[in-house]
Amino acid sequence: MPITYEPIATTTLGSAAADVTFSSISGSYTDLVLIIDTAMSSSGATVYIRVNSDSGSNYSTTTLYGNGTSALSVRLSNNTNGMMVGPYDGFSTERLNAICHFMNYSNTTTYKTMMNRFNQSDKSTDASVSLWRSTSAITTIFVRNNSSQTFASGSTFTLYGIKAA
Amino acid sequence: MSILGIIASSKFGDVGDFESIATVSLSSSAATVEFTSILGTYKHLQLRYIARNATAAYFVRLQFNSNTTASNYSYHILNGTGAAVTVGAGANEGYNYAPRQSTATSTFGVGVVDILDYADTNKNTTIRGLGGYDNNGSGDLDFLSGAFYQTAAITSIQISVAGGSYQQYSHFALYGIRSA
Repeated sequence: MPITYEPIATTTLGSAAADVTFSSISGSYTDLVLIIDTAMSSSGATVYIRVNSDSGSNYSTTTLYGNGTSALSVRLSNNTNGMMVGPYDGFSTERLNAICHFMNYSNTTTYKTMMNRFNQSDKSTDASVSLWRSTSAITTIFVRNNSSQTFASGSTFTLYGIKAA
Repeated sequence: MSILGIIASSKFGDVGDFESIATVSLSSSAATVEFTSILGTYKHLQLRYIARNATAAYFVRLQFNSNTTASNYSYHILNGTGAAVTVGAGANEGYNYAPRQSTATSTFGVGVVDILDYADTNKNTTIRGLGGYDNNGSGDLDFLSGAFYQTAAITSIQISVAGGSYQQYSHFALYGIRSA
């Protein structure tokens, strides 16, 4: 029986870092799943993902957010920051985690959509769906934030590939 | 091993934990897609898809075991439009609903739907879904739950749509998740 859900790579930060990159991603899967467990140096940053080193205004996101008091939905269009994973409005001791699904990432006929869930311990939860307006296969994933902050030492970033029959 | 993909994650990768059952990639448009003869050897099912409809951003419709009795299905939805949060519910429609499709050329809606304990004949079946689409200025994020008020094991899934059809390159992949 072949392995269907397969770990591709894991990065565990030995020291704080501003970004994490997965490169040379094989096109042999149907979907990719990126699981992030981290904390950031301070509040006010938003976590984004760029792909294939594209820093153009080719990203957009529709998100749904709730913090225990209120819920809201926001859209980001023509965004150069990347596909939004979620806003970090906690403190450095609070963990955040995210599960990001890159659907049909390796085809060369459709734009690419990422769907993700994002949680901050004791703060908020949200879900987003994001578009990268390119038909290129995704071969590089670049996890970053928009405030020059850092992901804490010990943060883990694990990329999986899912194969289809 | 535990866990389903959209809410949490544990260790996958053991041979046979998460298995591909069948995949349909459309080379031309189709109004329906069906998975049949689903074995009861898994604990849960997961349907992962990208889907586009040229007519409207319809929800993906799911029917089980060719059961068309309207009262056997109900759903709830939490939705973000990019500007507002909406909620809804429905029953007696003869379908469960999964995250919606996109209509824009090249942009596809996506969905991950978990069909929980689908082979247990002692209880009704529940599903949950997360997905939607973004099209750089429009979009919908959909959280959905649904119930199928039958205790029969699910052996087939009929995927349909309220109007139009699933366009070329729409892709549906069904997986089985085993328990220990």
